[in-house]
Amino acid sequence: MVQHDRGFQIVANALMIFLVICVLAPFLLMLMSSLTDEQSLIANGYSFIPKKFSIYAYRYLLVQSGSVAHGYLISVLVTAVGTFSNLLITILYAYPLSRRDLPGRNIFAFYLFFTMLFSGGLVPAYLMWTQTFHIRNTFFALLVPGLLMSPFNVIMMRTFFTTNIPDEVIEAARIDGASEFKIVFTVVFPMAVPIVATIGFLVGLGYWNDWMNGLYYINDDRLYSIQVLLMKIQRNLDQLRQQAQNGSGNVNLAELPSTSVRMALTVMGILPIMIIYPFVQKFLVKGITIGAVKG
Amino acid sequence: MKKFVVKMQRYWPLYLMFLPGVVYLFINSYIPMFGIQIAFRQYNAAKGVFGSPWIGLKNFEFLIRTKDAWVMVRNTLLYNIVFIILGTVAAVATAIILSEIRNKKAKQTYQTIILIPFLISMVIVSYLAFAFLSTSNGFINNTLVKVFGIKAIDWYNTPKHWPFILVIINLWKGLGYNMILYYATILGIDSTLYEAAVVDGANRWQKVLHVTLPGLKSTIIILTLMALGGIFRSDFGLFYQVPQNSGPLINVTQTIDTYVYRGLMQNNNIGMSSAAGLYQSVVGFVLVITANTIVRKIDSDSSLF
Repeated sequence: MVQHDRGFQIVANALMIFLVICVLAPFLLMLMSSLTDEQSLIANGYSFIPKKFSIYAYRYLLVQSGSVAHGYLISVLVTAVGTFSNLLITILYAYPLSRRDLPGRNIFAFYLFFTMLFSGGLVPAYLMWTQTFHIRNTFFALLVPGLLMSPFNVIMMRTFFTTNIPDEVIEAARIDGASEFKIVFTVVFPMAVPIVATIGFLVGLGYWNDWMNGLYYINDDRLYSIQVLLMKIQRNLDQLRQQAQNGSGNVNLAELPSTSVRMALTVMGILPIMIIYPFVQKFLVKGITIGAVKG
Repeated sequence: MKKFVVKMQRYWPLYLMFLPGVVYLFINSYIPMFGIQIAFRQYNAAKGVFGSPWIGLKNFEFLIRTKDAWVMVRNTLLYNIVFIILGTVAAVATAIILSEIRNKKAKQTYQTIILIPFLISMVIVSYLAFAFLSTSNGFINNTLVKVFGIKAIDWYNTPKHWPFILVIINLWKGLGYNMILYYATILGIDSTLYEAAVVDGANRWQKVLHVTLPGLKSTIIILTLMALGGIFRSDFGLFYQVPQNSGPLINVTQTIDTYVYRGLMQNNNIGMSSAAGLYQSVVGFVLVITANTIVRKIDSDSSLF
């Protein structure tokens, strides 16, 4: 029996290791290409084992190219401001929803909930943001459309409040004379740190990874976040390729970053996530499990 | 009346807390819902959404007459069906294997690594895909030519490979997330059921078949129904950014979302674009409601409402 189990364990582990390799291979290819000498990359292509190492791409990004440092700054700024505002709005909406004694809370619950069922879609939203709010090429374009509040997160947090914060605790604080706002920030918030961390990471991830708002609303390169920058570089390459196919090439190749620099840029786009991920991994897994089963 | 005043005195701070969220949802979600009527108007930028002349169903008539209408709906539905089936099978299988592994550290490591693709943006994914698929210096073409001596493939101009590529990328990106959901369910299965199975002389395969899979049944059904509710939606990044907006691939990469985007931003065809968008919203609404009603019948704790 034990012998049999050892055989199974070997096979099971081998299968998982195979999966892990499949998951990691693209990242390894990316990392190795970013560390390959440009000439060697052009001659030999993307390779897991570079023929000739070079850290030129990173030196170029850090020293010569201002747009990357700037993109990082924009990304960090958007992520920080966005995550903070989102969490604030989410907590403030979730807390009264969790108060069973509040008259009319079902109206607010439905108001929130209906936005998960029906959506106006891209066209009306785009027309509104650009023509009513003139959001194009402003910092708000990266921050506000679609990202400032997620009904899923509000419901997740509401559920946490109802199940983990006893009514008696809130009642006791009120008897002590605390105002509702004081209760939220000094009583409820400290008890809700795990769920705030989980939702905070998911929201931050959403902001850090967002490039769609950049695609719709931004063409001023001073507002390119790192993801938007990557997206715009690829669009320029697409255009170049299409023009080459039509035989009307007039995009200057030299203006586009070289292959290794693009790969280094990709590494930079993932790096902060990979640094934070191990610390929040447990929260994240828990959050995914609660979130999916009970929206 | 007096009662109302007393209530307001007590509860107004709580209503005030709703305010930022109420305002945001009103702007971000509710105004566009009303703006959806643009699909029944002939859009005129100078007159705005609510001032453009009504044209009834003309936008829809034009849309249906194009070949695009059929292609984008076909692609959206077929890709989603394949994603749901393969995604579920892969995630369930991986979760079961993971749960059978004894070494706790190894388990944790596998789980952590398999979730990584979930954390990165589709723009990054498109760069990773390009490293493999680039015609002139991609890893696959290099290997094909150098190692196997097979002719290089012009990936971004060859539509027939893309259904497979997109399915593989979707699996790669979503496996970790879905696996965690099933894995959590397996951890929740009553361990006495396994002990009873051992007493009955069940081997590992029989335990999986008669305890684990039945234990996963309701999660599988619920997650599949939820996914079916979203079958009219697609990941814009996967179908637009990853194939690099390549014209020759459009027949196999056009989904409703990419059509709406292209109509709005590239072809200046707001009429048909908004008609397609409305179609997606309405059908999506019906599907979500239907899926949820069924989920509620099966397990009321798991339904959205």
